[in-house]
Amino acid sequence: MSQVLVITSGKGGVGKTTTTANIGTGLALYKHRKVVMVDADIGLRNLDVVMGLENRIVYDLVDVTHGMCRLKQALIKDKRFENLYLLPAAQTKDKTAVTPDQMKKLCEDLRKEFDYVLIDCPAGIEQGFKNAIAGADRAIIVTTPEVSAVRDADRIVGLLEASGFEEPKLIINRIRPDMVKRGDMMNIDDMIDILAIELLGVVPEDEKIVISTNRGEPAVADEYSRAGQAYRNITRRIEGEDVPLMTIEEVEPTFMDKLRMFFGLKARRVKGEGARWTF
Amino acid sequence: MDFLKIFGREDVTSKDIAKERLRLILVHDRANVSPKFLEMIKGQLINIVSDYMEIEEEGMDIKLTRIKKDEETTVPALVANIPIRRMKHLAKI
Ligand SMILES: Nc1ncnc2c1ncn2[C@@H]1O[C@H](COP(=O)(O)OP(=O)(O)OP(=O)(O)O)[C@@H](O)[C@H]1O
Ligand SMILES: [Mg+2]
Repeated sequence: MSQVLVITSGKGGVGKTTTTANIGTGLALYKHRKVVMVDADIGLRNLDVVMGLENRIVYDLVDVTHGMCRLKQALIKDKRFENLYLLPAAQTKDKTAVTPDQMKKLCEDLRKEFDYVLIDCPAGIEQGFKNAIAGADRAIIVTTPEVSAVRDADRIVGLLEASGFEEPKLIINRIRPDMVKRGDMMNIDDMIDILAIELLGVVPEDEKIVISTNRGEPAVADEYSRAGQAYRNITRRIEGEDVPLMTIEEVEPTFMDKLRMFFGLKARRVKGEGARWTF
Repeated sequence: MDFLKIFGREDVTSKDIAKERLRLILVHDRANVSPKFLEMIKGQLINIVSDYMEIEEEGMDIKLTRIKKDEETTVPALVANIPIRRMKHLAKI
């Protein structure tokens, strides 16, 4: 049965697009699910760049919803990861170019072709947010361990509940174990305690995210990335597996990681069936 | 943990401050987002208070606000103004 998941946050810049790219790639890699990632951030498209697919765009989401092209024509197939597709956002239009009803229709059409439809929601709670959640079954809320981000996440929980969403799940991004240990960053329990929603995963702050974004290759495919490891765990949880949270020690780069970084060794791509899903 | 104790102290970590601030911010946010919330409290207050006194429901005023705790700090507070028409005999007990 296919699922439509929206990745949202309220506050901007907390890692929605990064999360969408990594979960999308993770699901396609892990069990070869057929996945489409939809960039709903119309006017500020990003997901194509994070995925390194920006040079392959011909048509976009607005073209599809306005009947300017067929859905299949606008879907970009990722040649590196089998079964992974992207539906890019329009860059020249704005958020009012699409309505919630059109998004619902789009999600229904995509659902027929894919196991997972992931929607990268724009920041804010206005039209773009309403569009992004319109056709979704479930929601994943991304936050960072900061007062303003958690506050906005709480607001989103309320809005999602009001729109009939059941049990949104939380991803805490950019956690820094060293700061948590010092007591200078809210820990996982603090945030779960306050938001009172279920945790889907915790992603550490990781410079590999910046490097992988530079390259246009999601960190989930990088065997040595701690954030990539966190996204691999999240992928498995979405697949229904019971995967324990990484401990603080596991989250921190190991001595070998640091050594590799020091010598500037390149990331190793996860290849083949379920290969290198080290936990 | 008490809000006021947390601020002036040196041994409190910044994440404790963050958590306490967040908790207080959300008291307001959550009440503002849901207009049903105050109506719910109002209904239940009427029920409880009516056992002991006859009240003037039209004149009732309930709001979530901030009150001064000391010179510099305010804290969230639920303020209820309930005009009483008559005490019930029960109150003599
Ligand atoms: N775990 C992480 N470690 C390091 N950097 C990160 C991490 N997660 C995200 N970033 C960086 O934070 C920035 C914002 O991330 P991203 O674009 O995914 O956020 P967003 O929520 O989609 O933003 P917007 O609201 O603008 O759409 C990017 O530069 C990204 O590389
Ligand atoms: Mg984004």
